Amino acid sequence: MTAMLKIIAIGMNHETAPVELRECLGGDADNIRKVLAWMRSSEVVREGLFLSTCNRVEALFITEEAEPARESVISLMSELGGVHIRDLAPALYVLEDMHAVSHIFNVASSLDSMVVGEPQILGQIKEAYALAAAEKTSGVILNRLMHRAFHVAKRVRSETEICGAAVSISYAAVELAKKIFHVLEGKKVLLVGAGEMAELAARHLLTNGVSSLVVANRTFERAVEVAGHFNGKAVSFEEIDSELLNVDIVITSTAAKEYVITQGQVKKCLRKRRNRPLFFIDIAVPRDVQPEVHALSNVYLYDIDDLKGVVALNMSQRKEEAVKAGRIVEEEVGKFEKWLKTLAVVPTIVSLRDKAESILQAEFAKSRSVLDQLTPTQHEAVETLTRSIVEKVLNDPIVFLKGRAGRPTLNTYLDLTKRLFRLNGLEADGAGKAELGD
Amino acid sequence: MISPWFSLALGLYLLAAGGFTVFIIRQQKWAFRCSYWILVAGFLFHTVFLAYGYYQLGTAPVLDLRSALSFFAWTLAGVYLVVQARFKLRVLGSFVAPMAAFLMIISSAMPWAAAPVKPLFKSIWLTIHVGTVFTGDALLAIAFLAAIMYLIQERQIKRKRLGSMYSRLPSLATLDAINYNSIVYGFPFLTIGMITGSIYAQVALGRYWQWDPKEVWSLISWLFYAALLHQRLAVGWQGRRAAVMSIVCFAVLIFTFVGVSLLMGGYHSFSSMGTR
Repeated sequence: MTAMLKIIAIGMNHETAPVELRECLGGDADNIRKVLAWMRSSEVVREGLFLSTCNRVEALFITEEAEPARESVISLMSELGGVHIRDLAPALYVLEDMHAVSHIFNVASSLDSMVVGEPQILGQIKEAYALAAAEKTSGVILNRLMHRAFHVAKRVRSETEICGAAVSISYAAVELAKKIFHVLEGKKVLLVGAGEMAELAARHLLTNGVSSLVVANRTFERAVEVAGHFNGKAVSFEEIDSELLNVDIVITSTAAKEYVITQGQVKKCLRKRRNRPLFFIDIAVPRDVQPEVHALSNVYLYDIDDLKGVVALNMSQRKEEAVKAGRIVEEEVGKFEKWLKTLAVVPTIVSLRDKAESILQAEFAKSRSVLDQLTPTQHEAVETLTRSIVEKVLNDPIVFLKGRAGRPTLNTYLDLTKRLFRLNGLEADGAGKAELGD
Repeated sequence: MISPWFSLALGLYLLAAGGFTVFIIRQQKWAFRCSYWILVAGFLFHTVFLAYGYYQLGTAPVLDLRSALSFFAWTLAGVYLVVQARFKLRVLGSFVAPMAAFLMIISSAMPWAAAPVKPLFKSIWLTIHVGTVFTGDALLAIAFLAAIMYLIQERQIKRKRLGSMYSRLPSLATLDAINYNSIVYGFPFLTIGMITGSIYAQVALGRYWQWDPKEVWSLISWLFYAALLHQRLAVGWQGRRAAVMSIVCFAVLIFTFVGVSLLMGGYHSFSSMGTR
């Protein structure tokens, strides 16, 4: 019976499982198809979907027999990943019904992501759903659930600032540069020294439109090497002064103990630059750019701590927004739960309507000889009349039943209805037709 | 009696100012769209009001401070609509609409003095003179507002405290460009306005220049703006210094517009424009 259908999510994410374990399951792209094929042939799983990204592996399914379904999904996962159940089980979370719904809404809205608000996850879920739809493992409930999840994600994105400001140092630097220069097209970057974070920032600036990059390094060979990565130009350390006249953004990241760029050095070039703004991003520890540079007009200096401060601020903003998003999710889970409950009433309503229809047809057949004498207009009038009487008689019981959906007494009333109208003989498995509109 | 067209325009400007305030706080596009069209409607009613005034007086309705302020609000709204079409900078409305509404409120609070217009003022030169001067003033007002926005934004970036205005205001480069462009276009209007003014004086009074306080102060504000433009173009001033300077310039300009008229007399003063 429909009332016993369960929605179950079994999975692991960046919090519950170490990367080695996630790799085992997520590594093989063919795994998804295998799982879906298994779900289609499985006796216990009615509908299912399998999601596999670098941060999470998750099976979402609808079943009538929770216990065996859960066990077989877990053993399938351990089999596919080549991991013993003993090692796998502690990393898994198993969520049921509204917890599972709320979970999948959270995942789609990127509230469960490692970086809250990152946009990729929604696309990945849509892909997983498209695969499930293609493999025909999704049905009435999963279709509805996933469409609601996409809707929730959209609402969260448009009604909160969850995807707002940058939460990584290099993106924060790019955002600041945009607030200073508006567009980065045609801007020039000077990279002094090298290092992973500095090169990452340089790369982000380049993908955001920066047109040329100059690399300076104590050892010229190293400068040439780094410049090669970016199609940039290599210069020696002594040329920094003349480069300062042309560039707009300077990223420094050397291991030098003393300042590489001093206030005097920058001040000297300002007039020749015609006061065009100059943005220093100092990623080095100890710092490479003398802090007093920031006091010069139209010159902005952000060191690593400043950028960390910006990121922390943005993070806390996202957290605040996540609370707002949580409320949206809760609201939508409520709506979904309501829909799910009306699902239990549907088979009874369908058989009630079927019964009325069959009575109607039978009575029409009985009176055929008389009815055939009527003109088409009269015939139509009689048919409309009888149909609307039937509709009106059935309307109140149907409204009543829908109103009972989700109440503990529902089953009593369903039973009573079936007995009153003698529906038992007629009732087929109504869940197949259980497509309900909004 | 206050014209219903004027009241409608005032009401719509106030509504637009409120809408733009909602927009800057809530950051919702519909708030901008509503406020924008309310402002357009206000501008149209205001245009009707001024056209009717022109028809009634036989000359531009700018002969008392009340009308002059309302005319200024009208040019400001008009120039804003043009700048908005060019720069598509939504947040600018949040600064312009309150200023236009403010000018209208002051205007509506001024005493109403209906006086027959001296034939001296029924000249096409008056309309050209006042029209160009006020268009220039409105552009320079936009430059002033952009300068204020620049200083707010620059302060956030300099202090490394990126508050709520940081995400709402545009980039420094954009604000500097608006400030610069408004002055580059506003300054010639001011210049033409002063030239047509002296032609008008020659036609009407027989003298190009007679050291009237308004003339002198206009020249002073013109020199201030000329200096600012020179610094920008020749020395390469930009950013903070240019913003501060354009605020100073605008203060001088406003003094010329309001202060001189009220405090210093002369034939430009509104009290002398009534019947005598």
